Amino acid sequence: MSIKIENLTHIYSKGSPFEKKALDNVNITIEKGEFIGLIGHTGSGKSTLIQHLNVLLRPETGSIIIDGENIGADKSRLKAIRSKVGLVFQYPEHQLFEMTIFKDVAFGPSNMGISAEETKKRVEDALEIVGISPDIYEKSPFELSGGQKRRVAIAGVLAMKPEVLVLDEPTAGLDPRGRDEILGRIKDMHEKLNLTVILVSHSMEDIARLVDRIFVINHGKIALSGKPAEIFAQIEALEEIGLASTQTAYVAKSLQEAGFMLPDGIYTPEHIVEEILKEVNKC
Amino acid sequence: MLKVTIGQYYHADSFIHKLDARMKLLCTIIFITVLFFVGNFLGYALAALYLAIVIKISKVPPRFLFRGLRAIFFIIIFTTFLNIFFTQVGNVVLEIGFIRITDVGLVNAARMGTRLVMLIIGSSILTLTTTPIQLTDAIEFGLKPFKKIGVPAHEIAMMMTIALRFIPTLVEEMDKIMKAQMARGADFDTGGIIKKARSLVPLLVPLFISSFRRADDLALAMEARCYRGDIGRTRMKQMKLKTRDFQALGFLALFIAFVVALEYLANIWGIW
Repeated sequence: MSIKIENLTHIYSKGSPFEKKALDNVNITIEKGEFIGLIGHTGSGKSTLIQHLNVLLRPETGSIIIDGENIGADKSRLKAIRSKVGLVFQYPEHQLFEMTIFKDVAFGPSNMGISAEETKKRVEDALEIVGISPDIYEKSPFELSGGQKRRVAIAGVLAMKPEVLVLDEPTAGLDPRGRDEILGRIKDMHEKLNLTVILVSHSMEDIARLVDRIFVINHGKIALSGKPAEIFAQIEALEEIGLASTQTAYVAKSLQEAGFMLPDGIYTPEHIVEEILKEVNKC
Repeated sequence: MLKVTIGQYYHADSFIHKLDARMKLLCTIIFITVLFFVGNFLGYALAALYLAIVIKISKVPPRFLFRGLRAIFFIIIFTTFLNIFFTQVGNVVLEIGFIRITDVGLVNAARMGTRLVMLIIGSSILTLTTTPIQLTDAIEFGLKPFKKIGVPAHEIAMMMTIALRFIPTLVEEMDKIMKAQMARGADFDTGGIIKKARSLVPLLVPLFISSFRRADDLALAMEARCYRGDIGRTRMKQMKLKTRDFQALGFLALFIAFVVALEYLANIWGIW
């Protein structure tokens, strides 16, 4: 299960005065089971990119190959591809519509033409993963809190048993507790279900905690890519794009400049605490 | 990234575009009223000439005007047929079974058809050359006299303005929800009428909910800025009548004078 994006270019309103190049010759390869972070500010092209992954937008120039299959080539495969690549939009709770939580989560699988029994099992599994207890399955999704609604909406995508899960800003607008809850669940899914996860986020802290590899996108192009340690060390490059490194990376840099012997590539709070303790114990 | 054109405003820099929206609205209403008083075909020819001149000045490509006609094509056909088949007075031209077509019927049908076409073209010029917001302001002004009998002119205009403002927002929102449901395997394109109607539920429920949420937020934001209806409210863009507005009115008056004269003469000479 690998994803290969080759020379992908996308232009909105081609040929009109509002023409806008949203993606410009993007090349990305993602291996099965990887946890990928996608960073870029508003209008950088990330949303356009992820909408290509399950053919909500068809590649006009370039191609996307998932598991050896060129997606977007065959219209009859659309549903199969959309269940393989689950896409959770920003504020997914805005898409809830059913009378009960259970029915809403079942919407995806029943669209796929899956039997009622299998659907029931999938719904229960999906709701369990996101931490919604069975005694509220029959409640209206609109009675839930913001964080719960969002988890139900994510379950709605999980119930389709995707192999790749793409999440667009899953923590936007949540309080710290809701954010930790969601991120923890996403981490679980990645580990337990062996999902390939692509996490789109503004928050460097969130990304730093979770991902294996990062792509930074700017003006429709991949500006930086690499392991978190490599990316977060490039403070100047990130700032030039209008982003920033993690707060911890800034602290580490200041400490280094002040003469403390810290190694390079520190970007998480846990790591810096460990290194500082080592330094302190040496004295 | 969606571009939505609201109404059918065609942007151009012309005499007609620059006219005060109130004057345009007034002229359109007068023109339509006059259309229904014109009885003879010379009068219609004159009205057509008047329209042609206005279109020429407005710089709107004529195909935009005919686009409006296409939408009501069936209504025109329908009224024409009604007039042909259900007018029973006058000399019989053709009689097959229970169908009897008379000369008066034919004339009435032609009259009605011409009127409708010109009515649509006339009002299309108004909507093509006036932005929806200007039009709303003009309507508010026009409704003012009726406030005394309890017509909430300002509120109606405000509602229309807000509705217009939110059309693009809702279209964008709908696009987003549609994509989100498509990502869950929803299918909006295939199936019969019932299946298609049912497939709209996952779209309409979230859209309604978000509209209510937006309405709540908007109401709160308006109150927070001390909005309290039109009492003591001033405008950022004051509407002012200029020389050109009176020129336009003068031109219309000239047209009416010609129509009345023709009508009078036609009566004397006995032309339809």
